[in-house]
Amino acid sequence: MSATTTDRLVESLGNRFKQSLRESSDFRGDLSIVVEPNAVVEVARYLRDEEGFDYFLYATAVDWPARDPRFTVVWEVRSLANKTRIRIKTTAAMPDPHAPSLTEVWPAANWHERETWDLLGIKFDGHPDLRRLLMPQSWEGHPLRKDYVSFGEPVIFSDQKLEGLEPDAIRG
Amino acid sequence: MAETRVKQEPFGPGPAQEPFGPEHEPPTEWMELNMGPQHPSTHGVLRVRLKLDGEVVRDADPDVGYLHTGFEKSFEEKTYTQGITFSDRMDYLAPPINNVGFVSAVEKLIGVDVPPRAQAIRVLMMELARIGSHELWLGTAGLDLGVYSGFFYAWRDRELVLDLNEAYSGVRMMTSFTRVGGVAWDLPEGWIEQLQAFIDVMPARIDDFEAMLTDNPIWHQRLQGIGTLSAQDAITTGVTGPMLRASGVDYDVRKAFPYCGYEQYEFQVPLGSNGDCYDRYRVRVQEMRESLKILQQVVDTLPGGPWLTNDRKVALPPRAELSKSMESVIHHFRLVSEGFKGPVGDVYAFVESPRGELGFYLVSDGTNKPYRMKVRPPSFCNLQPLKKLVQGVLLADVIAIMGSMDFILGDVDR
Amino acid sequence: MGELKLRPVPMPTGRAAGPTPLNALGENLLTTTLDKVINWGRSSAIWPALFGLACCAIEMMGTVGPRHDLSRFGSELFRASPRQADLMIVSGRVSIKMAPVLRQIYDQMPEPKWVIAMGACASSAGMFNNYAIVQSVDKIVPVDIYLPGCPPRPEALIDAVVKLQRKIRGEPLVKRPA
Repeated sequence: MSATTTDRLVESLGNRFKQSLRESSDFRGDLSIVVEPNAVVEVARYLRDEEGFDYFLYATAVDWPARDPRFTVVWEVRSLANKTRIRIKTTAAMPDPHAPSLTEVWPAANWHERETWDLLGIKFDGHPDLRRLLMPQSWEGHPLRKDYVSFGEPVIFSDQKLEGLEPDAIRG
Repeated sequence: MAETRVKQEPFGPGPAQEPFGPEHEPPTEWMELNMGPQHPSTHGVLRVRLKLDGEVVRDADPDVGYLHTGFEKSFEEKTYTQGITFSDRMDYLAPPINNVGFVSAVEKLIGVDVPPRAQAIRVLMMELARIGSHELWLGTAGLDLGVYSGFFYAWRDRELVLDLNEAYSGVRMMTSFTRVGGVAWDLPEGWIEQLQAFIDVMPARIDDFEAMLTDNPIWHQRLQGIGTLSAQDAITTGVTGPMLRASGVDYDVRKAFPYCGYEQYEFQVPLGSNGDCYDRYRVRVQEMRESLKILQQVVDTLPGGPWLTNDRKVALPPRAELSKSMESVIHHFRLVSEGFKGPVGDVYAFVESPRGELGFYLVSDGTNKPYRMKVRPPSFCNLQPLKKLVQGVLLADVIAIMGSMDFILGDVDR
Repeated sequence: MGELKLRPVPMPTGRAAGPTPLNALGENLLTTTLDKVINWGRSSAIWPALFGLACCAIEMMGTVGPRHDLSRFGSELFRASPRQADLMIVSGRVSIKMAPVLRQIYDQMPEPKWVIAMGACASSAGMFNNYAIVQSVDKIVPVDIYLPGCPPRPEALIDAVVKLQRKIRGEPLVKRPA
């Protein structure tokens, strides 16, 4: 994206959403904006209707356990006509992280938000069908969180003893 | 007589077709049929719960996750170079493209330049993978619809692609041939001649396929008018790749945001008009021909020079240098034991896989491992509109639609 | 599908699994000859069930393809219905969501049945030592032949099927020169 379109976009966003736009950054050519959680849907609608961002790319979240709020929820959309992209970020705090759902603005966000709920435990308010997508329905825990221990089986090297190391039973 | 109608329950909230008026139909009940994870036509372990009204599908609920492997968690535990081997296994029909996508994200984050020869080699492997994947698609999607001999035609051609992969990287499928800053090895002797022989023989073989299928009335009846997705719907549901282009939307990452030197090559992006399964078939076959054109151009203009960047902070020094320079040994040691560190930040890099836009969103916290590597898989996005596309079609058409979507569960579930 | 408990020790297979109608009659000239004939019949026409999970399934398709033709070795057809199959080639990584399904398909196959764990993921979870993949399919079903590779070449799969045929006939798996 050229510098002029980025600047113009950031400026018009800044003028429109003065308090809600916390920061914007342009790292390696990717424009991202951090928005207050309660203004995300408005910003999304503005981007879709007036700036022409019609194509939804993905939604996810990043877990920063040392920070508070802990999660950064990320959506990225593209404008096919203008060939530009923008990344919308917001935050979600423990103990019950939730973020607004953008499925009304971009219906393609449906499964991406379900996956984020499944793997990271972030509830999306207003999502029509928020249930687990990739893990079994009865699974407990959210695997992609940083405090979720992931190994399937401890690796036993030849100089270690076998007793006391139980192979895992299936969980869930 | 209204009380004889049994209640029909769609799956959860979401669109479901209205039944016909009670005075026209005998009382029926919607049957729930499980097109289970083990099924010859689901192209992997996909479970689709279908609500059938006789032979007509009224609602569908795809249930994915039967191949969830935890790739994104695995990426967080491995260094950038170790992650390349993992990335192969996601979209396992075109592993070289996953490799290029993964290292593109890392290269964008770190800001490494890729030498022209490496870019050309990447294009060669990617276009070969595209041809191999489309051939496989033709074979298996055809197999679902009754084209039993097509499967063998397709595999005959795909074996040529796998031979080229093996000659270059040693492995038929999971090549892992890219490294951050270039590719791992130079092209071996005789590889270009083998590739040229492949390019010479393929157009006739694609013609064979087209002669068998394109004007076949059974093929027309099975595919035309089925699974139609309008251009506007395609954009709002977020589909990508040949599905999007068959609906008439001109978006191909190689043209819109060229990478790896694609801007130097002359090729067209085939577009469909109706957005039905037949158009998707035409688009993919034409894409194979365009890939052959690109391959020919790369072979004709293949640049010389290094195939890996000289930046010793990210790429291993050549072995010959290790006996001469202490600094190279130190770099080698650092790279192999610890890997290189990236700056703090997040980037999104994307490539055009045979299924669509494959994107990698990489968040780095300054260490030698990705902090979060989110994969934006094209098959995941292409599978979402399944619920909408199969409403009101016959059960046999569900197979045709799923075949035309060309999703791969390794990509969907990661 | 209910709780699925994984076994810490793989299940016994073959003769260790107990008497079958054939060897319950004891070993005598008639039954051993009958044994040989029946085993020769069973080994010569093993029809696998279609159980392709992931990347190994693509190489399994390649094995059926025109260049390496598995039907030369008796596996003429892959049956979609497990009730009509003898062999389950677990080709690919088995996720925890898929594990009960795999067990159900195995249970639906009639005896005699065999299992080839194709690839590193089925034999030992391969490169995926994490929450999502069952660490070796022999925790769920008894495995007769483990086939390493990621993915194994079609020739390797043919080798596995040939070794399985020798196992069924009771011959040593590796032919040593006299």
